[in-house]
Amino acid sequence: MARLLKFNIFRYNPQNPESVPHMDEFVLEETDSMTLFIALNRIREEKDSSLQFDFCCRAGICGSCGMVINGRPGLACHTKTKDLPSEITLLPLPVFRLVGDLSVDTGSWFREMYNKVESWVHTSKQFDPAAEEERMENDVAEAIYELDRCVECGCCVSACGTARMRDDFLGAVALNRVARFVIDPRDERTDKEYYEIVGNDNGIFGCMGLLACEDVCPKHLPLQDQLAFLRRKMGITAIKSLFSCKSCKK
Amino acid sequence: MQTIYTDVLVIGAGLAGERAAIEAGQAGLSAICLSLVPARRSHSSAAQGGMQAALGNSAMGEGDSPDVHFEDTVKGSDWGCDQEVARLFADSAPIEMRRLAHWGVPWNRVVPGKSKYFKGGKEFEKVEKDENRGLITARAFGGTAKWRTCYVSDGTGHSVLFTVDNRCAQLGVEVHDKTEAIALIHDAGVCYGAVVRCLKTGELRVYLSKATMIATGGFGRIYPNTTNAVVCDGGGHIAAINTGAVPMGNMEAVQFHPTGIVPTDILVTEGCRGDGGTLLDVNEERFMHIYEPEKAELASRDVVSRWMTHHIREGKGVKSPYGDHLWLDIRHLGEKHITGKLREVYEICTSFLGVDPIHQLIPVRPTQHYSMGGVRTNKDGAAYGLKGLFSAGEAACWDMHGFNRLGGNSLAETVVAGGIVGRKIVEYVKGAEVSFNSSVIDAAVAAQRQRISDLTGGAKGKENVYAVRAAMQDSLNRGANIFRNDADLKTCVAELQEVLGRARKVGLASDGLGANPELAAALKIEGQVKMALMVAYGALQRTESRGSHNREDYTARNDRDWLKRTLAYWKNPGDDLPTLEYEPASSVLDLPPGYRGYGKMDIIPMEGQEAEKPAEGASGKKSAEKGDK
Ligand SMILES: Cc1cc2nc3c(=O)[nH]c(=O)nc-3n(C[C@H](O)[C@H](O)[C@H](O)COP(=O)(O)OP(=O)(O)OC[C@H]3O[C@@H](n4cnc5c(N)ncnc54)[C@H](O)[C@@H]3O)c2cc1C
Ligand code: SF4
Ligand code: SF4
Ligand code: FES
Repeated sequence: MARLLKFNIFRYNPQNPESVPHMDEFVLEETDSMTLFIALNRIREEKDSSLQFDFCCRAGICGSCGMVINGRPGLACHTKTKDLPSEITLLPLPVFRLVGDLSVDTGSWFREMYNKVESWVHTSKQFDPAAEEERMENDVAEAIYELDRCVECGCCVSACGTARMRDDFLGAVALNRVARFVIDPRDERTDKEYYEIVGNDNGIFGCMGLLACEDVCPKHLPLQDQLAFLRRKMGITAIKSLFSCKSCKK
Repeated sequence: MQTIYTDVLVIGAGLAGERAAIEAGQAGLSAICLSLVPARRSHSSAAQGGMQAALGNSAMGEGDSPDVHFEDTVKGSDWGCDQEVARLFADSAPIEMRRLAHWGVPWNRVVPGKSKYFKGGKEFEKVEKDENRGLITARAFGGTAKWRTCYVSDGTGHSVLFTVDNRCAQLGVEVHDKTEAIALIHDAGVCYGAVVRCLKTGELRVYLSKATMIATGGFGRIYPNTTNAVVCDGGGHIAAINTGAVPMGNMEAVQFHPTGIVPTDILVTEGCRGDGGTLLDVNEERFMHIYEPEKAELASRDVVSRWMTHHIREGKGVKSPYGDHLWLDIRHLGEKHITGKLREVYEICTSFLGVDPIHQLIPVRPTQHYSMGGVRTNKDGAAYGLKGLFSAGEAACWDMHGFNRLGGNSLAETVVAGGIVGRKIVEYVKGAEVSFNSSVIDAAVAAQRQRISDLTGGAKGKENVYAVRAAMQDSLNRGANIFRNDADLKTCVAELQEVLGRARKVGLASDGLGANPELAAALKIEGQVKMALMVAYGALQRTESRGSHNREDYTARNDRDWLKRTLAYWKNPGDDLPTLEYEPASSVLDLPPGYRGYGKMDIIPMEGQEAEKPAEGASGKKSAEKGDK
């Protein structure tokens, strides 16, 4: 006999004046290879058709389905019920604006983030369709891709104490994004320009270094290494600008 | 109600949509992309394998050229494609890959010197030239004449989409995510924008534009089993179909992939079989060699899918709560191989199935994978039937894929077509003066408000949307799957007509307030059933086998009667069948119809054309349809 799973799910529809935040309980019989993707869809189709949650690729690739699963932020689509106790509590990710139930607005948060860090290659070169591509070492390309793997799921931001206390904290994900451009030879920004983006309490100096971000990252991005890398680099830039020594300017 | 004006409205923020919006942004026009999900979550991000472009930088790609790419594409299409478009595509793809490099894509690059590679389970050696060091490299992608697939590790779609979205941010192209276009606004043959539902608040909005583009990706979700994301549900197609004026091209051309995992239909790469994996049935016995003594598991994508389905029909499938499936066995390849060369497969199996493929069998079944059909456009990406409406990417039938698309050609199509169509849109907008007729807009909004209140109030009936959707998927799956025949297709069409009746009587069980997901499903169910009918009815009429369209009762490819494209219209909202028209598949035949070099060989030639005999031993060649991912 398969287990009966008890789901406690956060419910609130901000668009319904009568709705108040509360927990709803649903019971499902567990099936083989059941994931939270399967379970939540069954609950919506069989028990409560108004239940809101976000899935897209359902393959652990797109980052849509971040939620707090038994106290820990993670991707719901690749969470198997057999790895969880029979009582499962699901909450929306904190920090992001709630859309309803388990659905949050990560899109606006990330769009603001990449506008702040100007998440694109800054180059003065023009593209010439007739020319051969500019060459790059394969090692460099792979190193950039390692940091480019972030799926913007928001788990790291939700797990971060600083981000929960301060609205304007950029978070490990933004600092990782900056690091991605710092190591890209195509990007012509100077250290000083990067410093203006992240060399403050909203950026690298606000981080308490407690590692929660890296622990929950489903893509296993080396967030701590990037934080340390930027802290060192920005520390040096800070000292340089403190003494505003002309010859130190890049 | 909010009304938003923009020069260019792009419905869809995947690679095709954003690439086109960039052209508008660069030309100084305002552009807004709509998307159901944040742009970077679009299905384009799921493509891992890579994108084809004949750069010819790598040792195994030497001598490649757009001409060779063109030939592969036309053969792949089983001569169902528009050859002018295939030519345009093959010529532009290398420039687009370089442009992406300029914008920031970290393409893998040529590393000079000796290295090893595997083919058919055997090890070989290649030497990359010193002079090509640092140029964009390519990997093998089933059966193409050359190594031509540019890639970024195992995350090509992800990396390219992030770069293109960055470029949009830089240019100020807006992306309005969690928004859904539910109808086009059009009058007297001109498109003026769309009525859109906000998926954060449930409110309706109007977007008015000089040009509108549909770039909403595939519609795999009308099938029960698909590798497609849950947002690939045909919303853009439905908006176009409901105008009555815009036809869908070749809707019967649906590609199936042999190895989606059960239950979630996530794709595991064909590399498993390429490297020596086998397919087993309920008795854990191999069966492919019985049907295809020569090629067994290594037959082409469509052929393997066909035999797997046949075997399940014979009662040899494994029963599961999610339906019958078969097993993929890679255990004999060993731990080193599986965690090395098949790392992705290993990760998918462990994180989604709790199956360790080093010691356990992987449950698989053939699964819907790609929609060759879609909004029919001309070679400029302009939709038939409405001025000011364009389409590109998987949503469109631009038609370089014909009846079967090659792996790596779709992702490349999104950026190539996005660029070309984007430039055509700019030309169009610069020459267009548009005046909006407010009564037309009011009427369009009123019609949508009426639909919503009918659904929430249950005015038309109380059918459950999820039950209706399941009935549609089930019917389509049985009737218009990998194998098709007259009797099953007739049953399918009749069943779908009945389901259409039910879809017209859907009423919500919940309150429909805010971003209510049941309302979103209910708003598109009738349109989805119409699409399913276009697939099934088109397949019923097409009495031949071509590419992915396989008729058990008409096994030959019939160039004499069917070298043509189906155009499916839904002329009146109350109709219960689409209206089908036909046009020639291609106005130019640079490459006259002939033998593809793999797969089936019965061909009924065009008038005045000799039946070409396949070369000796040609059937033993490897498929050109391998290797998405
Ligand atoms: C698992 C998998 C692997 C693949 N691997 C490869 C590969 O290696 N190589 C290759 O060439 N091809 C591959 N493909 C195919 C390829 O990924 C797709 O065909 C391609 O990415 C489609 O891109 P697109 O821009 O047309 O649409 P998508 O990327 O699907 O974007 C569609 C957009 O439209 C939006 N949208 C949809 N409906 C609406 C609506 N009603 N209103 C507003 N917005 C809407 C969505 O939110 C999304 O932003 C793969 C496909 C799958 C399923
Ligand atoms: S290490 Fe820094 S960024 Fe990471 S969770 Fe802690 S405070 Fe946040
Ligand atoms: S860094 Fe990791 S946890 Fe944070 S958003 Fe990216 S993928 Fe998610
Ligand atoms: S749905 Fe895409 S990561 Fe979970």
